[in-house]
Amino acid sequence: MADLVSHPDEVKVVSQRFGKGAAAMDRYLELDGYKAVQKALASGPEWIINEMKASNLRGRGGAGFPTGMKWSFVPKESAKPKYVLCNGDESEPGTCKDRLILEHDPHAVIEGVMIAALAVGAKTGFIYIRGEYRYLVDIMRKAIAEAYARGFLGKNIFGSGVDLDVRWHTGAGAYEVGEESALMESLEGKRGIPRIRPPFPAVVGLWGGPTVINNVETLASVPHVILGGGEWYAKLGTPKNGGTRLFCLSGHVQKPGVYELPLGYNLRKMIDDVGGGIWKGHKLKAVVPGGSSVPILKADEIDLAMDFDTLMKAGTFLGSGGVIVLDDHTCIVKFCLRTTKFYQHESCGWCIPCREGTDWMKKTLVRFHAGGGIKRDIDNLNYLAENMLGRTFCPLGDAAAMPVIGMIKKFREEFEAHLEGRPCPFEEHGAAVEQLPVLA
Amino acid sequence: MIPVSEQLDHFFTEKMKEYPTQRSFLVPMLLYAQDELGCLSNQAVEYIAGKAGLSQLEVRNVISYYSMLTTKPRGRFHVQVCTNICCQLRGAEDLFEHCKQRLGIGHKGVTSDEQFSLEEVECIGACSWAPAAQVNYDFHENLTPEKMDQVLDEYRSR
Amino acid sequence: MADVTITIDGNKVTAPAGTLLIEVCKSIGTEVPAFCYYPGLSLQAACRMCLVEIEKMPKMQTACTVPISEGMVVHTTTDKVRQARKSTLEFLLGNHPLDCPVCDAGGECELQDMTFSYGAAESKFMEAKLHRDEQQWSPVVFFDRPRCILCYRCVRVCGEAMDVWALGVQNRGSASIIAPNEGDHLECEECGMCIDICPVGALTSGAYRYKTRPWEMKHVGTTCMHCGDGCKTTLGVRRHETGMQIVRGDNRDKSGINGDFLCIKGRYAFDVTHSDERLTQPLVRHEGRLTPATWEAALELVASTFKRIRDEHGGSAIGVIGSNRTTNEENYLLQKFARVVLGSNNIDHHRTADFPALAAALKNTQVRTAGMRDVFNAKTILLIGNNPTDQHPLLAWQIRNNVRLHKARLFVVNAQDIKLHRQATAFAQVPSGSEAFAAAFLAGNDSVGESVGGDARNALLAMRQALKGAEEAVVIFGSEIRGAQVKAAVNLASALNAKIACLGDYANSRGAADMGLYPDLLPGYAQTSSEIFTGHWGALPEQPGWNIEQMVNAARDGQLRALLCVGSNPVVRYNVDPFVLQKTFLVVNEMFMTETASLATVVLPAACAYEKSGTFTNTMGDLQVVKKAGDLAGTKPDFEIVIEIADRMGFDVRKLVSLGGGTRADMGQSRGAQTGEADRHAVWLEAQNLEPRMTPFDPAAVLDEIQRLVPGYGEASRLNVAAGNDEHTTALEAGQGSATSDPDLVVPSEDTLFTSGTLGRYSNTLHSVIESRRKVPADKKTPV
Ligand SMILES: Cc1cc2nc3c(=O)[nH]c(=O)nc-3n(C[C@H](O)[C@H](O)[C@H](O)COP(=O)(O)O)c2cc1C
Ligand code: SF4
Ligand code: SF4
Ligand code: SF4
Ligand code: FES
Ligand code: FES
Repeated sequence: MADLVSHPDEVKVVSQRFGKGAAAMDRYLELDGYKAVQKALASGPEWIINEMKASNLRGRGGAGFPTGMKWSFVPKESAKPKYVLCNGDESEPGTCKDRLILEHDPHAVIEGVMIAALAVGAKTGFIYIRGEYRYLVDIMRKAIAEAYARGFLGKNIFGSGVDLDVRWHTGAGAYEVGEESALMESLEGKRGIPRIRPPFPAVVGLWGGPTVINNVETLASVPHVILGGGEWYAKLGTPKNGGTRLFCLSGHVQKPGVYELPLGYNLRKMIDDVGGGIWKGHKLKAVVPGGSSVPILKADEIDLAMDFDTLMKAGTFLGSGGVIVLDDHTCIVKFCLRTTKFYQHESCGWCIPCREGTDWMKKTLVRFHAGGGIKRDIDNLNYLAENMLGRTFCPLGDAAAMPVIGMIKKFREEFEAHLEGRPCPFEEHGAAVEQLPVLA
Repeated sequence: MIPVSEQLDHFFTEKMKEYPTQRSFLVPMLLYAQDELGCLSNQAVEYIAGKAGLSQLEVRNVISYYSMLTTKPRGRFHVQVCTNICCQLRGAEDLFEHCKQRLGIGHKGVTSDEQFSLEEVECIGACSWAPAAQVNYDFHENLTPEKMDQVLDEYRSR
Repeated sequence: MADVTITIDGNKVTAPAGTLLIEVCKSIGTEVPAFCYYPGLSLQAACRMCLVEIEKMPKMQTACTVPISEGMVVHTTTDKVRQARKSTLEFLLGNHPLDCPVCDAGGECELQDMTFSYGAAESKFMEAKLHRDEQQWSPVVFFDRPRCILCYRCVRVCGEAMDVWALGVQNRGSASIIAPNEGDHLECEECGMCIDICPVGALTSGAYRYKTRPWEMKHVGTTCMHCGDGCKTTLGVRRHETGMQIVRGDNRDKSGINGDFLCIKGRYAFDVTHSDERLTQPLVRHEGRLTPATWEAALELVASTFKRIRDEHGGSAIGVIGSNRTTNEENYLLQKFARVVLGSNNIDHHRTADFPALAAALKNTQVRTAGMRDVFNAKTILLIGNNPTDQHPLLAWQIRNNVRLHKARLFVVNAQDIKLHRQATAFAQVPSGSEAFAAAFLAGNDSVGESVGGDARNALLAMRQALKGAEEAVVIFGSEIRGAQVKAAVNLASALNAKIACLGDYANSRGAADMGLYPDLLPGYAQTSSEIFTGHWGALPEQPGWNIEQMVNAARDGQLRALLCVGSNPVVRYNVDPFVLQKTFLVVNEMFMTETASLATVVLPAACAYEKSGTFTNTMGDLQVVKKAGDLAGTKPDFEIVIEIADRMGFDVRKLVSLGGGTRADMGQSRGAQTGEADRHAVWLEAQNLEPRMTPFDPAAVLDEIQRLVPGYGEASRLNVAAGNDEHTTALEAGQGSATSDPDLVVPSEDTLFTSGTLGRYSNTLHSVIESRRKVPADKKTPV
């Protein structure tokens, strides 16, 4: 459904089957489908995990944890059944890549889940797809049914004597459910409240059994690692940042879209070349390089290699691969407000700092952007965010705090420009905010 | 009498067998039941509570957590406009404003003929094709107010 | 687990590995604030109040979830920790109404205390605060949403600990709220546990709300006057025009056998004490109608009539029916009065369990009785009959939480599918009436297999198997097993090397039995000829007297000429035809105009257990103190009434209550009839230079005698009891008992959570709960 784009710098690995009708089984098989899983079956768990470790594939869900290492944490022996859980809750603003994979290459996801299951000794995998992606649920249901029909799933897969089931599941609207422990709660039919960790899912996960949780893109990359070899995959990227990933370019670029680029690709180039530069002849103001929760970069800070380690050094994160570009006509306060409004809406409410902090920040920003701000508000916003950071029950609190801290730090003068009843300098007809809340 | 179709009930029964606990399929079950019934009425809650082996309270606890689930009826076409950052940067606020004017309803409103309902939603995973909206489960992307009018007209004529 | 040593703020502490850090901190007096953590409930890590720094960990950690491990170095007083606490409070106060002066929890609020300690005084918040009207969820539960800090304690105590699951969390984010199971109201056990556990004023009780402030109350720790479990209860008392009024019931210090627990009756049904229907004036029948009289006239009439009948027709023409809700001292005194003053063994009470049969069955066995604490710590519990969830709420709590927290194995044998089935390792449903056969079968007697039926037999067989080698077991049986059948339960306990308990229904049912309210048994289940008592009291009527039914028959035949009925309603309990008692001089000590009282010749308004002092023995044999909390002008404790009757009959009351060698004191006859009499009397005694302890109204003197004479009571530490603790007594093991007691005389109360015998009918709270239930059609019940 969503338009596909392309650019000569792209290295198509996980996106290689996009637009080729690979959602259909026969087509998928023509395009090397289900070869990786057979290779994995033949080579055994240890080999799989070693290849995965060699690939330097790091989780594409946001945290960038090395996938091979994650799999190796799963205990060999377990009294309770083990599981693989594919995280297709994709809800981080700026991120729309898993959607393309699920639409164009669902079998690759199934295959990735199967390989992960073989690696850790799980008998069942679940593919959890966010509720809004109903058409993708339907595509996945069909793909799974086909795989069963061919004997790739179920009892004695590929005549190997191994039994393996893969199931689909869907959410019903909740960003927090993308957080791995809340995801398990949701799959168990509960409210998406995170769990206390430790124990980590690799040890105690779904229904108490050891569970591997990976992002859709991570798992869709796995068959390619297995077929091409870990070393080959690693070399596509930079040291410790193996392979390619889908970058979702959005915002004020001429050619937004999802592009597959090697890790370490230069951010400025990504915006200027791949994205075709800033739209309407405007200038670049800032970039949020890894989905809405990562700290913002100013226009002069973007000469960066897009890999996990470089961005971390630059004080931000590679996150989920959503590159959000802001031009110089953008009001940072308004952007900050909308970002905060999102976290306020999505906070599960379990812990005090996040529940109260997001609500408080949102209320203040609404008033502030509408012209009701006072100087103290700026410091207070920063105070609130700083006091959420690192103290909440799950990382959503950090995700809500970091953008606010970043924007105040880098664009304080723009906040100050809103003070004392002055209208937003970027609004043509004054603030678009509906009502000014009453001051308490 | 079960409030959902026999087909759906059967589908639930079969799907539930894939999980080790009775309640696991609850969230999808609620969403699919809602799709068929329009909303999760008291009757639906009672039915699903029975199906999942839970108290109605527990089912309501879960319903109220998920933003797609509702106990109040919506329009035949539920228009969900994303105004989150990527869409905002490309004009989502005007788009949403336009929808309000066009439909004569506000956020979470339902038109008097019950054909349309409107909701401002968070990111729907169309950030690179912003601004975007969903009508029921269909995606509409790279929208402008004019394109939105066409989309709405098209649904109206269905 | 092995011990490990950690460092907290520079102090070395050693504790078992895996202990939660917050508990270790607490144990050395290092304060770590907590809202969501509550011992015995599941961990939440939600409030973030307990964050501390642990070396080598990048982020602060929640002390409530971190198990300690060797070498851990913890800091709880750094600036970082202090700032985290302060900001968390700031976050909370942002949306919390700051109207402590009018909040019901003011003075008892953990949020208020913490704000005071960790400082978040200056308010940074300037947005509009959330406002919602307070909601009434049930006759006893009110919810004030903006005050709620979402610590989830209420949800957990209701679900995990009560197994009721009536509260949930709904919505998410800042819209999150606590929600009741029926949408806009609650349908639950109404125990009020959620209210008590709420750290702030979000959940409040209908009974106490806005009546007073905590610092305006006096707190009296006593024992609940309702069921046989004997929960420790703290009553909040306040001055009132008619005396001292009880305005609140809770278990403030969470001590005693019930810890956190109280059921609706312990928490709210104190309201019977200030019911409009309380009798506050003696009544004497005049031309067929009960008419108010003075205490002097009424007592004089009673005493002279009793004396005349005794002298003319002998003591056996008079009968006495005692109470299940009067103190041990009163019960002891009452039967002594019957035997010594009236010269009659015609004494009985409403029996709800067959304790004499148990005493007899325990003879020559090694089986000991179990106390309420044993039920919380036993490794195996076998419950035969009864439905503790309704009839013994504390016992049910102990069982549930032992299973939940200590993984005890519960085995249930019952004619009904009772709620405790949910906690049971195994459950056997047996035909009603075959409980004793089931016990015998479990003990290895195959010959009774037929009596329980096929399915039940299989279930029991599996249970018998599972019970093999059970350790630290307790066998608990209800009144379904009585008479000679009790032996089967004792045999089973003996086979399992288990302790045993028998369930009687009222607050002092066990005390009534232990204190000898039987026609054939003296205190301590001793024979009527027992030298222990004749030695001290002098000659006693030797022949066993009439039991309740025989007394009623004798009344019909005109042989029973007078009957003193203390705090009991036999007319209802034993279905007595009102006409039968027409010729009898019936004296009733009562709180209310019951069916029995309305037939009386003289009605004497009695004080209740919350208005006097003494002791109760719960159904498990745990002895606990009863303290005077409220008082109501016009009433007298039964203790005082009995003494005054004896005195007016010309009996030397020093023989009734050992007074030592003092002067015979004025007993208040001359100075009006009000409660508080005893207190003022003490002042008078002091003024006359008499030893105040010598007052015959002091029940402590009777407890002295009980401890001296009643086997099984002597070992109980008086100090411990006086301090509000429980002491297990063993009269059942020590006594003779009676194997031939008539099983038909056992009439279970069949109380539910919301009834409490005759007394419960006068509780507005219980009444309103029952009424609110009626409004809901039965098919609307939520499955849990
Ligand atoms: C609030 C929150 C939301 C998240 N949402 C998603 C998501 O939608 N999809 C996803 O794959 N991971 C998401 N994550 C990350 C997951 O917790 C988890 O790290 C990831 O699924 C692991 O897969 P990976 O190692 O393959 O990246 C989220 C994390 C947080 C804290
Ligand atoms: S930080 Fe706390 S309130 Fe926020 S989503 Fe995580 S657990 Fe929920
Ligand atoms: S009502 Fe009280 S106990 Fe319950 S969550 Fe709120 S503050 Fe905690
Ligand atoms: S369980 Fe029994 S003793 Fe305890 S509070 Fe309830 S009625 Fe009173
Ligand atoms: S921000 Fe609108 S679809 Fe992602
Ligand atoms: S007490 Fe530890 S988080 Fe609440």
